[in-house]
Amino acid sequence: MAHLSPTPVLEPGQDRTMILNMGPQHPSTHGVLRVLLEIDGETIVRIMPDIGFLHTGIEKTCEAKFYQQVVPLTDRIDYLCPMTNNLCYVLAVEKLLGLEIPPKAQWMRVLMNELTRINSHLVWLGTHALDIGAMTVFLYCFREREEILKLFEMISGQRMMTSYFRVGGIALEPPLGFFERARNFVASFPQKVDEYENLLTGNPIFMMRTKGVARLSAEDAIALGASGPTLRGSGVDIDLRRDMPYSSYEKFKFKVPVAQEGDVFARYMCRVRELRESNEIARQALAGMPEGPIKADAPGIVLPDREKMKTQMEALIYHFKIITEGFAVPAGEVYQAVESPRGEMGYYIVSDGTAKPYRVHMRAACLANLQTLPTMCEGGLIADVVAAIGSIDIVLGEIDR
Amino acid sequence: MPWPAAVTDLERVKTHPAVARLLEWNQASVTAVKYDREEMTISVDSGCIREACALLRDDPGCAFNFLSDVTCVDWYPAEPRFEVIYHLLSIPRKERVRLKVHLDSASPSVDSLTSLWPGANYFEREVFDLFGIRFAGHPYLRRLLMPEDWEGHPLRKDYPVEGYR
Repeated sequence: MAHLSPTPVLEPGQDRTMILNMGPQHPSTHGVLRVLLEIDGETIVRIMPDIGFLHTGIEKTCEAKFYQQVVPLTDRIDYLCPMTNNLCYVLAVEKLLGLEIPPKAQWMRVLMNELTRINSHLVWLGTHALDIGAMTVFLYCFREREEILKLFEMISGQRMMTSYFRVGGIALEPPLGFFERARNFVASFPQKVDEYENLLTGNPIFMMRTKGVARLSAEDAIALGASGPTLRGSGVDIDLRRDMPYSSYEKFKFKVPVAQEGDVFARYMCRVRELRESNEIARQALAGMPEGPIKADAPGIVLPDREKMKTQMEALIYHFKIITEGFAVPAGEVYQAVESPRGEMGYYIVSDGTAKPYRVHMRAACLANLQTLPTMCEGGLIADVVAAIGSIDIVLGEIDR
Repeated sequence: MPWPAAVTDLERVKTHPAVARLLEWNQASVTAVKYDREEMTISVDSGCIREACALLRDDPGCAFNFLSDVTCVDWYPAEPRFEVIYHLLSIPRKERVRLKVHLDSASPSVDSLTSLWPGANYFEREVFDLFGIRFAGHPYLRRLLMPEDWEGHPLRKDYPVEGYR
């Protein structure tokens, strides 16, 4: 509520210009982004994003929780890609612990991550097209997204806040029928992407709204800390899955879509191609899914199976100890980054040797990507701000944390 | 498999390109090093963080051209109390390095990196907002996430999790 105080202030310039407030409840700001625009007629002179409306102090909350209790919090940072955040956090803690994860758990993580990426990109594609005026795509995208959410529900019991990954592996064996349903989805998805592309890629109205709009050069993108499709749309070829692989991504074959133009259309093309590549990774993960355990062999850290807990004394003791006093993590610090649908998602965790993290910092890709907005929009038209905000795919939960 | 013990001996890591470049520039700039869990950490004297970053960014052998992150850790009640942490990424060489600056609690202030990377803007404002570290030379150092009239810096360790009631 204190945000109602007039902050941040844009001083009005000459008499020609006026200040226009957009948001924080504007439908095209994808949450609660407030943008202050200084405009001269229809032209934008200055633009200033104002954030913080969704700040919940997650980083502070993490310091009061056991390591395993932080996992559900990470879902809530970026509610469109919960599994990516789960993965990044558990990888960081596993790196602190020096845990080795069995292959099946790693491949399941890759599979679920790519489905999450498809899920996130579908929401982006639908809402981005909606902002620009193409209503139909939204309905098509949510049709496929629903199937992914059903897969999530099958595997974790939750549609959105999945908390499916655990330190040391994954929570549960996939239920019967899961793989078959996932295979069906993966087999049919490329045709669905063709449908979206039929509606948008060659559509003259869509092209007029996106081509040459909100340009961002490669130098600016790097200097402003942009990552993910926002960076690759400007011609910088980096993808952490390929270049600094984690969770056995090095065993998958996929292309990294890059576009040179740096405009809204280039970022659109990057993400649409990523939909196909993610689907291809998911297909490979399903085809080559290894057999074996889904949790690391680390009794003091990983919760024992329910079955063992009821028959073995040690398992019961470990279960009790993990739940009541957590597990101690050796002192140290790690920075683990993964390629989230929006860019470089990083967790910096400092341990002081106790069962609670001393500090958890989340490097939010969106926070840095949002800084490119002034560069993209200044000198452009008001209507293009909506296209630009859509093209950087912001999630305010992640920005504000 | 537990990790091998951390290497903190400067002699053993001085072939690392970032360490080598900083030592070649100014012996006194590097105050400590740590190679732990396959991550390189270089503690830099707080007065020369901006020059050190500029060196690492522009040197072709280092090419740490991307500022991933700026954050802070509060070691209350120890002194120096604050650690400001910079994560640099080299896009051409696909490598990371972590730089650290130690600051006293009396007047925690360090040079801003906004002149090198405009993207440091929000990161530094966030650290200012949540830890109360001042960044000298920042063009618009105001609260980012908390309301403008908020009292205190929530991520400091002497700030209660439930807030002040």
